Amino acid sequence: MQERLKSAVNLATAASDVAPSRSALGRRTLALFSAVTANRGARVGLLLVLTLVIAAVFAPWIAPYGPSQMGAGMSLTPPSADHWFGTDEFGRDMFSRVVHGARLTIQVGLIAVGISLTVGTLTGLVAGYAGGWTERILMRLVDVVFSFTETLIALAAVAVLGPSLTNAMVAVGIAAIPFYARVAYSVTLVERNRAYFDAAYVAGAGHFRLVFIHLLPNILPPLIVVATLGVSSAVLAAAGLSFLGLGAQPPSPEWGAMLSAARDYFTQAPWIMIYPGLAIMVTVLAFNLLGDGIREALDPRQKARQ
Amino acid sequence: MTDTILQTAPGKTSDTAEIVLSVQNLSTEFHSKKGIVRAVDGMSFDLRKREILAIVGESGSGKSVTSLSIMGLLPHPAGRIADGRVLFEGRDLGQLSDRDMRKIRGTGLAMIFQEPLTSLNPVLPIGRQMTEGIMQHLGLGLAEARERAIEMMRSVSIPAPEARLKDFPHQYSGGMLQRIMIAIAMSCDPRILIADEPTTALDVTIQAQILDLMRTLRDRTGASIVLITHDMGVVAELADRVIVMYCGRKVEEGLVEKVFHRPRHPYTLGLLGSLPILGQAGAVGDTELTEIPGVVPSLDALPPGCRFSERCGFATDRCRAEDPPFEEAAPGHFTACWHSDQLERAAR
Repeated sequence: MQERLKSAVNLATAASDVAPSRSALGRRTLALFSAVTANRGARVGLLLVLTLVIAAVFAPWIAPYGPSQMGAGMSLTPPSADHWFGTDEFGRDMFSRVVHGARLTIQVGLIAVGISLTVGTLTGLVAGYAGGWTERILMRLVDVVFSFTETLIALAAVAVLGPSLTNAMVAVGIAAIPFYARVAYSVTLVERNRAYFDAAYVAGAGHFRLVFIHLLPNILPPLIVVATLGVSSAVLAAAGLSFLGLGAQPPSPEWGAMLSAARDYFTQAPWIMIYPGLAIMVTVLAFNLLGDGIREALDPRQKARQ
Repeated sequence: MTDTILQTAPGKTSDTAEIVLSVQNLSTEFHSKKGIVRAVDGMSFDLRKREILAIVGESGSGKSVTSLSIMGLLPHPAGRIADGRVLFEGRDLGQLSDRDMRKIRGTGLAMIFQEPLTSLNPVLPIGRQMTEGIMQHLGLGLAEARERAIEMMRSVSIPAPEARLKDFPHQYSGGMLQRIMIAIAMSCDPRILIADEPTTALDVTIQAQILDLMRTLRDRTGASIVLITHDMGVVAELADRVIVMYCGRKVEEGLVEKVFHRPRHPYTLGLLGSLPILGQAGAVGDTELTEIPGVVPSLDALPPGCRFSERCGFATDRCRAEDPPFEEAAPGHFTACWHSDQLERAAR
């Protein structure tokens, strides 16, 4: 699990790793951070995201019971001092399950967004840089994928790959590629018409240098915003797939899967549906607030207004 | 009477010097909604070693498109070279592979642009942008490249270059950035520097510094410079030879002293007349600053005959019917005007 989390993080930062000027990006990130925290909504979002990350990392120490430990209490007991979120039909502690579910959610967010960000950015960047037939073929492909509903693509992918959380992540990631590709493509078109690009070109820079050293760092800001907002839609989409039984399988404490299992009992024990649902909602809200905050911080017109 | 602006123009090159760049019958076309438009029409010139050649003209005269055509920077797919060729040290640039062309850019041909503020990558520190080309073209290691970058920055008078290597473009002023651009362009000892309106975006005191710097670098490295500008003052200041362009064609060509003293094309006369000098109004004759009436005609609606005829005070019926050839009017002084002799007498 830890391994997979790590690989997800690597994947998510792979794009920025290619850019060699770590100090430049570092300084910009710092400036961005202070700009983001100046916004109240973004502060709340950041706080919630941090809470989520802490819950995910320290889940075994925070949760009083194991996520799949049956008979931790009586079945379907309402919230109490012993079981903060109550227990489900097998007597599993809902609080422990929700906390462990945070791990899966973070993983889903990072891996799915990592896939769509990496593939989408590369596609858009290469299409925008190369032009001609490469551009036409790549962007038409993106348009084709774009014309299907995300859920439909994810459903199709899961149908081919088989139902599991990993496949759901991949499916959600693939389905979101067009968004990233479109954004990367349009920003690349703007950046490649700037004088610094021509200057690098006439200085004899090769394709690789032009694309990865000159263009990539300059197209990243809008992509960071899309990626942050993308985490929440990825979480939502994956929870939806799990709810439909196409993602995480029982007894996995995935929030969507928990909601699905709770359907049969929620008239007697509403808490087994309320808490996972609330967790999903708060997570989505957190990433949306954070994403909006970053967007505002990066938008010069917004800054001038403040 | 034009002496005040001519004192500094040195005729340093001789006719026998080696030709480094030869543009032969170059025509560049653009596809627009209204059809194909010829922005450069049959442009030819030779650039000799150590020579500073100015190409002047109003906006839309084709001077920038000429430089973009040479560098292979025409916007795709709208613009293309329709005819002619560009020889760099005898090699046809149009025939070279991508790889060979990349080698020539930077070491053979370098370019500086009009807008120093946007010509550097905003997310990379200056030092990186300087060492990048040096490492690639001169095959130096990082430490040596850094040394070279510092040396180049010193040569363009950037104070404390060691410390400023780490700074980003937004931490520099416009004049400093243009000097950095020149330092980058000159860092791999190019044989030719193409400067497209290098001083337009800068204030006047900085302009003089930049021009001075370009001349110093020419003297030291022996590079040739193609200077694209609309400013006759800059031409007088820096250039050895000048080509005047109008509507994509050469209308006059010659040594700066000759063209300034004895302009043989009414357009050149107009450009000089619109140049203010201290103590007088216009650089030519009259007491008032003159302007060229009208605007450059659209390239898809060129007048028949001489392209300048609609705006020309000397125009006759012949001008409006027949296109004058580009011919040698005096030794080393070429022009395309039916009335060049009359003009020459008038200037005297």
